Amino acid sequence: MAKREYSFYPGCSSQKKASAYNQWVSTVSICKELDIQLNEISDWNCCSASIGYAGGGELPRLVLSARNLALSEKEHPGQDLVATCAACWLATREANERLNHDAEMKTDANEALKEAGLEFKGEKKVRHLVEVLIEDVGYEEIKQHVKKPLADIKIAGYVGCQTNRPFGIAGESFENPVYLDKLVEVLGGTPVENYDKKVSCCGGALMFSEPEKSQALVKDILEAAYDGGADMIVTPCPVCQMNTEVYQEHINKKYGTKFNIPSVYYSTLMSVAFGQSAKEAALDGQIISAKKLEAIASK
Amino acid sequence: MSQAVEKYRNTFLREVEANVEEGQWVKMCMQCGVCSGSCPLGPHWEHPPQEIFMMIRANKREEVLTSSSMWFCTSCYNCIARCPRELPITHIMHGLAHYAQRQGLAPKELPTAKFAKRFWDNLLKKGRVNELQLGLQLYFMNGLAEGIKTSLKMQKVGLGMLKTKRMDPMEALGGHGCKDIKGLKAALNKAKQIEETKAAKALERLQSKS
Repeated sequence: MAKREYSFYPGCSSQKKASAYNQWVSTVSICKELDIQLNEISDWNCCSASIGYAGGGELPRLVLSARNLALSEKEHPGQDLVATCAACWLATREANERLNHDAEMKTDANEALKEAGLEFKGEKKVRHLVEVLIEDVGYEEIKQHVKKPLADIKIAGYVGCQTNRPFGIAGESFENPVYLDKLVEVLGGTPVENYDKKVSCCGGALMFSEPEKSQALVKDILEAAYDGGADMIVTPCPVCQMNTEVYQEHINKKYGTKFNIPSVYYSTLMSVAFGQSAKEAALDGQIISAKKLEAIASK
Repeated sequence: MSQAVEKYRNTFLREVEANVEEGQWVKMCMQCGVCSGSCPLGPHWEHPPQEIFMMIRANKREEVLTSSSMWFCTSCYNCIARCPRELPITHIMHGLAHYAQRQGLAPKELPTAKFAKRFWDNLLKKGRVNELQLGLQLYFMNGLAEGIKTSLKMQKVGLGMLKTKRMDPMEALGGHGCKDIKGLKAALNKAKQIEETKAAKALERLQSKS
């Protein structure tokens, strides 16, 4: 039996060959190393992220997350629900807290869920995988698994928005959360000090509908990473990762910049430092290759 | 226009309180402007959040609901984290956008309004978002010519995603989904029904008061 077990909500972007499939692959790898068992909620649905509001009203959106929670309660009693995607985590935790806080809303949600033969009880804790790593595993234990320290790599810890606000990781501040920097240090790398775009917005889903306005935001995030001497950016969020990586060429064309900086998940960093293969770390999922990590992985 | 509707329109704040997610908080805004100063797309808002709050209180129904403002919310939650009165501003903006859409007043050609609506319809189909179909729909939402232009511009990004196994062309034909999509849809329909019934009742109460 695994040392730690959780009910797991992967979310749409983590599915096979979806945009954050590399996050899923590297997450599976580090969990194996840390003896964490993630039990996938069997028939989970989309949480509607933070952009479903045009079509979905308040209650339907809460019911989406309540269904996932109800399934988790049924299938994995006693296990915390854990998500890796910022939006999945936020939506699920919010629904959990709001329904538990508002008896009338909970009754309404359950009346709707009855149509699917389910009931939301509200007896779970909803957590981000980062919380599991920091609180349950701990930096000390993570350090013990480091076989190939990320020596001489300078990394800008880009926390972004939804992993940080409105809930954030327990014990961290909204304006300057330091868990990614601490993690980088534990893995043997050097965090960029005073990375001033650490909690700035990348445009989120509006990258799709308002690309130019969002790319202007990403330009500043990348520029600040370069200013701090970063070799790469690390982030916990699928949207942050994609927005900071895949549009660099568009930004270069528009602004005459020469950005070409890898943006990786913390799980990829950890996997490489744990001595796992490039494939396990999902380095083949980088559109902008993380050459320094590839070199360590092939050592 | 009937007298009842006229009367009702004089109470836009109460309408918002009854119909908009977290609308009961609007009256708490003290106009400090920290939300507007903290908003990443703030300069693009026709009316920044604190102005929207004041406009609601000044009965500017049409101006608020037809505004493009709330559709520039990136859901970064900066405003919530910083609001000294702890208003759930992000939720109110989503709620106003949803209500404007439901009333048919949201600006029709606004890219984010179109995208947000397509996102919801996309997830409703199978219970999970089909990224490829959503992306393609998005490129072509302003017509064929612009769609082809956008597709060409995005070609390299698409190839990159394909090469790194972060996009699956087979998703165009169907792809991932919930097994119990029937149950999910029934639950969502029921939720919509409950919400609409409550909104109608709230509206009745409002009209009988004025």
